[in-house]
Amino acid sequence: MEQFVLASGTIVAGVFGCVAWFWGSNMVLDAVYPARGHRAGHNMRVAAAVRPWLFLGPAILLLSAYLVYPVLNSAWRSFNDADGTSFVGLKNYQWLLADGKFHESLTNNMLWLVTVPALSTIFGLVAAQVTDRIRWGNLAKSMIFMPMAISFVGAGVIWKFIYDFRGEGLEQIGILNAIVVYFGGSPQTWLVTPFWNSFLLMAVLVWIQTGFAMVILSAALRGIPEETIEAAILDGANPWQVFMRIKVPQIWGTIAVVWTTITITVLKVFDIVFVMTNGEWGTQVLANLMYNWMFRGAPDYGRGSAIAIVIMLLVTPIMIWNIRNARREMR
Amino acid sequence: MEGHAGTRSSLVWAVNLAAALMVLLWTIPTFGLLVTSLRDRDQIAASGWWKAPFASEQTDFVRAGTATDQVAEGEMWVISGDLLAKGEKLLAWGTNSRNPGAYAPGLSVDLPNAQNLTVTADGTYRLTSPTQFTQTTGMRIFITTLTPPRFTFENYTRVIGAEGLGQAFLNTFTVTIPATVIPILIAAFAAYALAWMEFPGRALLIAAVVGLLVVPLQLALIPLLKFHNDIGLGKGYMGIWLAHTGFGLPLAIYLLRNYMVGLPREIIESARVDGASDFQIFRRIILPLSFPALASFAIFQFLWVWNDLLVATVFLGNTREQLVMTGVLRELMGSRGGDWEVLAASAFVSISVPLVVFFAMQKYLVRGLLAGSVKGG
Repeated sequence: MEQFVLASGTIVAGVFGCVAWFWGSNMVLDAVYPARGHRAGHNMRVAAAVRPWLFLGPAILLLSAYLVYPVLNSAWRSFNDADGTSFVGLKNYQWLLADGKFHESLTNNMLWLVTVPALSTIFGLVAAQVTDRIRWGNLAKSMIFMPMAISFVGAGVIWKFIYDFRGEGLEQIGILNAIVVYFGGSPQTWLVTPFWNSFLLMAVLVWIQTGFAMVILSAALRGIPEETIEAAILDGANPWQVFMRIKVPQIWGTIAVVWTTITITVLKVFDIVFVMTNGEWGTQVLANLMYNWMFRGAPDYGRGSAIAIVIMLLVTPIMIWNIRNARREMR
Repeated sequence: MEGHAGTRSSLVWAVNLAAALMVLLWTIPTFGLLVTSLRDRDQIAASGWWKAPFASEQTDFVRAGTATDQVAEGEMWVISGDLLAKGEKLLAWGTNSRNPGAYAPGLSVDLPNAQNLTVTADGTYRLTSPTQFTQTTGMRIFITTLTPPRFTFENYTRVIGAEGLGQAFLNTFTVTIPATVIPILIAAFAAYALAWMEFPGRALLIAAVVGLLVVPLQLALIPLLKFHNDIGLGKGYMGIWLAHTGFGLPLAIYLLRNYMVGLPREIIESARVDGASDFQIFRRIILPLSFPALASFAIFQFLWVWNDLLVATVFLGNTREQLVMTGVLRELMGSRGGDWEVLAASAFVSISVPLVVFFAMQKYLVRGLLAGSVKGG
């Protein structure tokens, strides 16, 4: 009960505080620099120069404190020792380069990076193409899109059940092993078998992201001018050729956007690995490795931050690409 | 298209089939867990969820009575009783764990020491001996039974009460609602300034927002935890609300700015000519017109905060009373890994709210995705 009072109080205080700030600061500005009197022109110019910063103030403050400062602080911490008290130069990065677990994580992240965006985009493209051509397309879209609403942890439970293993001869309740046994194979301990288990974890993310890819690609496909398709059909192209040669090339830009957006998600992937294998049996990834160094056993903030900076560096090219795209569009 | 009439109908079939296959593949995982969460505990362990509508075969053992239960019938000493629970049907029985289904119901079997055991089809057994029984633990009688399917909400009542999911549900709401509402207002004002006000540095700020969109949360954890400790916030709701607000702002500003920029210039210009201040324009014109974008962001933020595990693990305490649902779920996966009735019901409690929001507001979610990705990206 107490927490509800706190929560409602915070909503009211937060909303009221925001309104009070924006309204009050605007009032003050208008009172100090009134748009009348003998200096009206000068006052209006000053007020117009100040007002944007009143509107932006809280956002800039929060963004600086919660995103910009942590990036800089993490970079600084990565050059410091375990508890952040003394400067150690590049020692943490040297340790990273020599650490076996880091190599494993980096390799796995690269595997994720290739597999998940590729499969999600391809499945998304197929789903978009087929659901746009059937009468129950909207229903089908909803169903394929639905996993997006499910948390990574919930998805972890759902898929761990699929991969469930019982000893040989026992009734399998995990559907994957049940299928294997039905076709005469012997049940596998899927999640603890190195190398392939990483791909089983990736399947979870592909399952979640396909709907996202489908929604965006479907909109792009519908935006293709009808004439180009009709012209191709008149020239005798079959449906497959129309799809591969006419439609796909016209939506390359959107495919790239989908691909990079999923790539960002993949680079930060944490929850799925955390709850399904916790990085054991060769499934470690950077984000989970970082979590281990920061919050497990004896925390080492220096090493944890160094791993975080590596993730940041991997994201940076996409960040720059996004910014350049956004700027080009504004012009 | 008429030229392809012959191949067309087969193509329609193929397309329908492909769609059906994908829908099936994408829904089966969730559906399987949903069915499991509604099944009886013993039946979950006995058969796969796809066999849920059918009676399940289970092999178990029941202990017969002990020496204290025996009665004398003429020359014989007899222990008798019932082996079956209500609704169960006996398929086979046995006296040895290596062959638990050795005998058909109704058979009479000779045991060592001239004892004799009879189990009838209705599940009653009769153990006889010419000498008095002495055992203090009853002998094991193995039974293979056919149990009718049983669906129940017991798993749900159990996880909400005993497993602490009820409290976690409230905690998740407490975290999610303020963390969804507060960023909207802050972002709306900032987005208006970035969309409709002229000032030096505007392009740079927009670029910064686009850049901050992809900053990995992982970087923020330790610096912010230290920062919260330094300013006396520590771990708690206030800290997590602020954190989620900060992390959600780039997307909020980005989505709202993209939307506001597309609003018709004439409306805003004419309001300016009429002497409306920026504050009035924002409140009377921009805010009401931007409702679809506000709704889109609200859904994103709601889903994101509700489903988040990492931020909650770091910024909230980790005792049972403080955990959010994803935290409880994670803990259960560790401690109750094989108890699928607990895991399935818990998972469904935790994903029920996002699913409802998803199906109710899908239109806005799709619109927001398109605005966020196709336009800018």
